Amino acid sequence: MPTSVRISLPPTLRRFCDNHESVEVAAGTVGDAIEALHARFNGIRERLLDEAGNIRGSVLVFVNQEDIRFLDQSRTPLKPGDELSIIPAFAGG
Amino acid sequence: MSSQHSSSPSHGATSHTGFMKALKCRECGREYPLTATHVCEFDFGPLEVAYDYDRIKRTLSREVICQRPQNMWRYRELLPVAGEPTVGRQVGYTPLVKADRLARRLGIRELYVKNDAVNYPTLSFKDRVVSVALSRSVELGFKTVACASTGNLANSVAANAASAGLECFVFIPHDLEQGKVINSLVYGANVIGIKGHYDEVNRLCAEIAGKYGWAFVNVNMRPYYAEGSKSMGFEIQEQLGWTIPEHTVVCMASGSLLTKIHKSYQEFSKLGLVEPTKWKIHGAQATGCSPITTAQKAGLDFFKPVKPNTIAKSLAIGTPADGFYALKVMKETGGYGDDVTDDEIREGIQLLAECEGIFAETAGGVTVGVAKKLIASGKIPKDSSAVLCITGNGLKTIEAMAGHVGETHDIRPNLREFEALLNQDKTQLLQA
Repeated sequence: MPTSVRISLPPTLRRFCDNHESVEVAAGTVGDAIEALHARFNGIRERLLDEAGNIRGSVLVFVNQEDIRFLDQSRTPLKPGDELSIIPAFAGG
Repeated sequence: MSSQHSSSPSHGATSHTGFMKALKCRECGREYPLTATHVCEFDFGPLEVAYDYDRIKRTLSREVICQRPQNMWRYRELLPVAGEPTVGRQVGYTPLVKADRLARRLGIRELYVKNDAVNYPTLSFKDRVVSVALSRSVELGFKTVACASTGNLANSVAANAASAGLECFVFIPHDLEQGKVINSLVYGANVIGIKGHYDEVNRLCAEIAGKYGWAFVNVNMRPYYAEGSKSMGFEIQEQLGWTIPEHTVVCMASGSLLTKIHKSYQEFSKLGLVEPTKWKIHGAQATGCSPITTAQKAGLDFFKPVKPNTIAKSLAIGTPADGFYALKVMKETGGYGDDVTDDEIREGIQLLAECEGIFAETAGGVTVGVAKKLIASGKIPKDSSAVLCITGNGLKTIEAMAGHVGETHDIRPNLREFEALLNQDKTQLLQA
């Protein structure tokens, strides 16, 4: 069931999303949220997903500060008010 | 604390770029200007500095290097600054110790310890990456620098920022060792303790970096920052008489240091500064945070993130940014990965201290412990030569050894009491 969630965007993506720092989309899972983002800003899918449709290893997605790799990956369900963050993996250390 | 957006520079590349050509995506090869940015817009791949090696080859020789002061900047053509370095000019050229006593204990023909526990000014290899990152930050016009850190990096950013007159924010897990906390606070840095583990600190810093116009050394400045680690490998080769070691054992947090030591061997080979002999690079982690070595042992090209639980807090990164590339280097060079328990880490620290008089932090205990395992299993042959990279100083992590190294024998200032103590149990005293 689609629900309204907010996605925080990294600077790398903002210029492809009308310079928004965050956007609100309706989605039932993390995968749906990425598709909704792509529907609104064409070309986003290819940046975030590889050829097989999996989230790239170079992209981290968090739901309410939790890495979705510790949840159910792109099938992680979303509820109203959830906050997603998309962050480049290559940082830190 | 200072104002939020006061230090945003132009973020533009300087017109003079030294020996750097561009930032280049490691995945798709797309090129970007030499600004403060760290990932490719098309696939989020990491950006790396591309150099003009033809021009470097015409400029850099063993003779030129040998005439320069003994610090990491003697290899400056291979480090990503446009002009003369302005921060951390005394960093590096730490001792390469021929560790004969430790070699005998571990059962290997020849062993060296690259001792960054005495690196200047903050006693860890992080001074290398920070001097590069801050020098480049100054070139790009930043006035405020920051980092996400497991401790050593925070110390180095705080100290080097202080000496350069830069505003500084360091973000650390709130439960770090006291030595590392005090070692950041003393320089006047804004130290932010995050109630979470390092990976959470890192995520927050990625968000802060996206909002504030600061030079985050290991976020938007990471392409420059990471290159500083190569200097450890350059020094090893020079100190070994311009040769590449057969085996190098490197501890891994993000895995970046391991990949950059490999790159340093490649670059010196490419430039003709050393004979391009074969080398193997082995990775070491703590069992309580071993995403990379677990993958290596399973023969995988990718790692599964973990929630860290180890006394080796400086290596406690459950989502290692360069894990994929570290695995690739181990595979390409024929190296191995292994990990050690907290008790084995303490044993490693003690072994290095007792044999060579070097007190390493917990990460050093990991390196020694894993080297011991790899030699015992024959993965590093007993009739070979190896270098162990020691990255930080034991005085910063004394909590890990407290209660594990014996106790003092307290007596009154009286000769009789001393002799009574000696006679009481000589064996016990000698063992203490």
